Amino acid sequence: MALAKRVIPCLDVTGGRVVKGVNFVGLRDAGDPIEIARRYDAEGADELTFLDITASSEGRGLILKVIEDVAAQVFIPLTVGGGVRSVEDVRLLLNAGADKVSINTSAVQNPRLVLDACARFGSQCIVVAVDAKRVAGSSPPRWEVYTHGGRRATGLDALEWGRRMQAAGAGEILLTSMDRDGTRQGFDLALTRAFSDALEIPIVASGGVGSIDHFSAGVLDGRADAVLAASVFHYGELTVDAVKTHMAAKGIVVRHRGAPYRAVV
Amino acid sequence: MNTIAVVDYGMGNLRSVAKALEHVAPQCRVLVTSDAAVIAEAGRVVFPGQGAMPDCMRELECRGLRAAVVDAARHKPFLGICIGLQMLFEASEEGDIKGLGLFRGKVVRFAAAAMTDAEGFKLKVPHMGWNEVRQEHARSEPLGQRAASTRRDEYAHPLWHSIPDNSRFYFVHSYYPQPDDTAIVAATTCYPFRFTCAVARDNIFAVQFHPEKSQAAGLALLRNFAAWDGAAPSWSVDNDASA
Repeated sequence: MALAKRVIPCLDVTGGRVVKGVNFVGLRDAGDPIEIARRYDAEGADELTFLDITASSEGRGLILKVIEDVAAQVFIPLTVGGGVRSVEDVRLLLNAGADKVSINTSAVQNPRLVLDACARFGSQCIVVAVDAKRVAGSSPPRWEVYTHGGRRATGLDALEWGRRMQAAGAGEILLTSMDRDGTRQGFDLALTRAFSDALEIPIVASGGVGSIDHFSAGVLDGRADAVLAASVFHYGELTVDAVKTHMAAKGIVVRHRGAPYRAVV
Repeated sequence: MNTIAVVDYGMGNLRSVAKALEHVAPQCRVLVTSDAAVIAEAGRVVFPGQGAMPDCMRELECRGLRAAVVDAARHKPFLGICIGLQMLFEASEEGDIKGLGLFRGKVVRFAAAAMTDAEGFKLKVPHMGWNEVRQEHARSEPLGQRAASTRRDEYAHPLWHSIPDNSRFYFVHSYYPQPDDTAIVAATTCYPFRFTCAVARDNIFAVQFHPEKSQAAGLALLRNFAAWDGAAPSWSVDNDASA
């Protein structure tokens, strides 16, 4: 067998509560992050990603408390992103219990941040989140990097940016298609495949999952190393367990949910 | 006796390791410490590490913790994790700095040219995610020729107690150990070739993966460590006798 492809539920968090945006607009409150994290862990999630979509200064401290509480009860890797602006922000999140910190907008504004954070804490804990949007009419397709939750175009070519971030030391890319995010039409497989082929570091595919087939397509056609989704899990349409069973039936190596931990054997 | 010292030399997040130990060993006091005296007094020691091995070695030296760590590794139940395993070897391709040299051998990087899967697709580095950990006998002769019917429990290291063979553990690393002495190999995994991901000798057990992030299997390993008296299993004693 081999390294398992990872299935990662994503929790969008603001004010200490989990929400899910549809195209980043129209948020719906739907729960307590600790309970949700525990449920995903029990279902066999390989990792959890928390995106702090508050990202405003007054709400910042709340995500640290959320991560501290989750890390004391859920023993799988935790990635946290959203509003990470400095090496100090990275340090606070890691100390709170995050295993990886995802940097997005600030990496574009200050590419040195990724270099500095990797030098200080190691590539293994620095993820660069790339929000990419297909350039209208481009053929072969090209993608442009967007920041600020997808609101601001940067003029940067996404693949070129991915290569630069890999060179700066990023340990992983969290790749979100802004065209697909919230649409439930599936990942942008061409985008995912282009990144996976071009880079040596793992690619997490994100944005657009609406059905169970989309996960296996992300791996088989997009060559993603991990597949991330929020709303299909969050509203209980699919369980992580069901997704993995489906992926395994398609010949993808996954980690099956084991027996829960027992204190005494 | 019931204290577990988690060695803190300033390299990254130790909360996960401490929280996981507290979760599985409520009877123990878990102390995250950079005090050599606390390490010396602790009943058992966990030696984690993140980032780059040369940086970790430098920080360990700067904080004057080298002697305390080496002493603990000689005398009490000792668990190395990730870079904490790599530092036990003599050297690493990651930098010029020497390791602690408790195990002969070195730490090498996944070679780009070798990184393709059975279908010819590129494998990514870091090796990041959940991989199957095969528990090895750690006795050199039977490694390749083990009879399929051999019950392995009687040989198994106490830290594998109740953990099914080939359980998946969480990895994130770009370098892996190449021990000179195959007798210390306690587990292997494949990416895409088989390599050593756990070593054991006497009171030392060290893993390349992250038990604190490996859900039930990882928690079981930590629980086993918290209960371990540091005695090596019988094969290791045999090994010493023949050496």
